Amino acid sequence: MTSVFDPELILYTTAIGLITIGLAGVVMSSHLFRMVLALVIAEAGANLMLVLAGYRWDAVAPILTSLSEPAAMVDPVPQALVLTAIVIGVGIQALAVSLLIRIRQRYATLDRKEAAERMDSEIAASMGAARDVSQDAPLGERPLPPIPADQVNMRGGDAP
Amino acid sequence: MGNLTGLLFAGGLGFMLLTLAGGLDFGTPPMLVGSEIQAHAPQQTGAVNIVTSVVLGYRAIDTLGELSILFAAAVSAGLILGRRHTTAGTQTKGGFILYTGGSLLFPLMMTIGFYIIFHGHLTPGGGFQGGVILAAAFFLPLLARPGARLHHKTLSLIEGFAGASFILVGLLAMMEGKAFLQPLLVQDTLGQLISAGTLPLLYLAVGLKVGAELASLLSRLIQTEAPQ
Repeated sequence: MTSVFDPELILYTTAIGLITIGLAGVVMSSHLFRMVLALVIAEAGANLMLVLAGYRWDAVAPILTSLSEPAAMVDPVPQALVLTAIVIGVGIQALAVSLLIRIRQRYATLDRKEAAERMDSEIAASMGAARDVSQDAPLGERPLPPIPADQVNMRGGDAP
Repeated sequence: MGNLTGLLFAGGLGFMLLTLAGGLDFGTPPMLVGSEIQAHAPQQTGAVNIVTSVVLGYRAIDTLGELSILFAAAVSAGLILGRRHTTAGTQTKGGFILYTGGSLLFPLMMTIGFYIIFHGHLTPGGGFQGGVILAAAFFLPLLARPGARLHHKTLSLIEGFAGASFILVGLLAMMEGKAFLQPLLVQDTLGQLISAGTLPLLYLAVGLKVGAELASLLSRLIQTEAPQ
């Protein structure tokens, strides 16, 4: 029977737990930087999972130490994959952080909902329509395309 | 509501992965590629470190693709951040201890970085790890003196040369009548520092490229203006 301290169970649970924690963080956090950190955690879990896939019992690291009697070695292919995956991960993190810097500069916040709201109103302002003028609430009997700013003002003047 | 959905999603995914992992035989990988590579790698590539022979021998084109991903990430980060004005006046210098420590560590970290790159085919290590240490060596003085700047032109020159020489070594193998990036065995001296044919050259190119790319990426991040 497998006890609680079964190494197999602990290792798999750790790797999958890291992936789960990271994904939960990505889905649930509202702060963008925390999302990036959660992504890093999930990536660590995925890398650990890959390395575990190549594990062999009583095996050494895949480096030849004596030519006469080669010992049993763990699978080198997942290790090579993880080696490149870590470096790609660093590149992606740097890209994400530079995007965050630009978002912070533009909207002065890193909160997901606040930034989305400010972006919406900025888009609305740049196309000259009031906020929330979209497919959900078209103005009057007008079709979907937004109405230029001067026409909106005219209609607003007629109404009262 | 959103949080509950997120929790359910993450929990369900974790449960699914655990169930899948429970069906695997732990410690006896079903893949046969690994043991095949282990049996033939020392004769075919001349590298004692079998991970190196996988990264630069059997999957060298994959490594080239990986380097281009890193390059694309660095380029797009530079594109997003753009050219920055100097912020030397606004940032305070690090203290004497930080500054001296940064200068003191620079040659040591350079040595360790190149050591790890050149022993990539013998010991755990190689271009990726050594390149990150090289980048850290350049980045440490920058942290101590925020006003200082890295020479971006030199960095991109190093990076370009490293990437080009990686491809050149691959083309060299084609001129010998072999496949692109197939390792060239110069002499079979297994376990020596100068062995494994072209693999150390490839790792040197990888190390310089990774180091230059990460250093320019980090310095670009640190030089970006703080929002008002």
